[in-house]
Amino acid sequence: MRNPYRTQKIAFFFLFFATLLIVVPVGLIIVVIIQKGLPAINWHFLSDIPKQGMRAGGIFPAIVGTLYLVTGAILFALPIGLLAAIYLSEYSKDNFLTRMIKLAIVNLAGVPSVVYGLFGLALFVVFFKFGASILSGSLTLGIMILPIIITASREALESVPQSFREVSLSLGASEWQTIRHIVLPNAIPGILTGTILGLGRAAGETAPILFTVAAFYLPRLPKSIFDQAMALPYHLYVISTQVPNVDEKIRYGTALVLLAIVLFMNLVAIIIRYKFRKRKKW
Amino acid sequence: MVKFEIHDLNAWFGSHPALKQVSMEIQTNEILSIIGPANSGKTTFLRTLNRLNDLNANFKMKGAVELEREDIKRIDVEILRCKIGMVFALPLPLPLSIFENVAYGIRMHGERNKKRLEEKVEEALQQAYLWEEVKGRLNESAFTLSGGQQQRLCIARTLAVGPEVILFDEPCSGLDPISTAKVEETMIELKERYTIILVTNNVKQAARVGDRTALFLNGELIEIDKTDKIFTAPQDIRTDGYIRGKFG
Repeated sequence: MRNPYRTQKIAFFFLFFATLLIVVPVGLIIVVIIQKGLPAINWHFLSDIPKQGMRAGGIFPAIVGTLYLVTGAILFALPIGLLAAIYLSEYSKDNFLTRMIKLAIVNLAGVPSVVYGLFGLALFVVFFKFGASILSGSLTLGIMILPIIITASREALESVPQSFREVSLSLGASEWQTIRHIVLPNAIPGILTGTILGLGRAAGETAPILFTVAAFYLPRLPKSIFDQAMALPYHLYVISTQVPNVDEKIRYGTALVLLAIVLFMNLVAIIIRYKFRKRKKW
Repeated sequence: MVKFEIHDLNAWFGSHPALKQVSMEIQTNEILSIIGPANSGKTTFLRTLNRLNDLNANFKMKGAVELEREDIKRIDVEILRCKIGMVFALPLPLPLSIFENVAYGIRMHGERNKKRLEEKVEEALQQAYLWEEVKGRLNESAFTLSGGQQQRLCIARTLAVGPEVILFDEPCSGLDPISTAKVEETMIELKERYTIILVTNNVKQAARVGDRTALFLNGELIEIDKTDKIFTAPQDIRTDGYIRGKFG
């Protein structure tokens, strides 16, 4: 005879097992990378240029390059994304054009990253003649994270209760004043969270920077935004597949630094969100 | 003196008619209570007066609403909403301090002088009978106040802008009887200086505070008259039925 209690137990076991399956790889990745990479981490590794054909020395230029690229991407994507999100959530009417724009944003989020790379090559490197440079790479990464920023910002703006807008307008404030003084301040934590998640994505991607900025080996720091630069994800790819006999320690050390940067950004996003939820009172 | 003149006002949300051929006059310094069952168009009528319905893309209206003989569509909407303040059904403080809630409207109209802001905030809180309760904690979040205090804060916030008319949209629906009594008292005091339009679900409240009372039913204005006349000798049988609680 069927035992409903036992059926439930089996069902719960599978639900739990599926959940565990998600956690295990994450944990394993972190453990393995820390275990194999930590011995490589020291001040010298973080602050020196690569030596002996990247088989020794440090990864400083790649760290700096990644930070430059991420900063550039955000300088480009945040203002445009935020302004677009404000327009879409606060001003746009529900018409054909708006629907097309929203569809475009959804599609933009689905484009494979290597396609962004090719697009960046064609538009920024070749057409605008920026060359393979930090500028080209930042713009390409910026376009890639635009949908993330727009979507997160729109959600943050739309989660501000409509009643706040009505109150503000009923007191004779203009629509712009309402957005500026009531809607935006209450949406900022959500916008920041989305932005930082976008940053993490930009820091970790290899394909978009492959043709637009990344240098195979460049043992000095970039001097201007028109210089090429090394970047962590691409550097990791190079020392893992293109250069023979690179010490495992160095490869995993590089991966660890990249992982730490991305996880740190996500952590900041989580903290902001947590603080905001605690402060929220409606 | 006539404050509002409304002629043949019709309103729709999409294809659903919300107001049908409503015409009335509203006098200066009176309290007009509007009663009627849910979905009778009371709130729509109220939100037509300060054009808050315009926020809804589906809203359409026909007919004329005149504030002191001027069509409200011709008045700059920000100025109109300064002249016609509104207190909502639920206490809706903005996520700011007590002081900033009251100062918000004045600030948005360009007042920067700190001293004048403080004076106006105090004056508004005095008028709403909240000053004594909050004067020591003006910088605390408005959400630390009780529901009744929050609603009086909303009244103070509306008064601070210096309106001529105040629209109350079921202001006591979320309040206990004691807070309700305080809000009603405030309304009667305010009548001296303002024109008040009160939408209420509570027939007794209309009887207590209204100089005149109007009954809405399915978007139509059934009857409008002096409050004691409405409650003692209504002209329309439906008015009689509604105030006796036979329907609605």
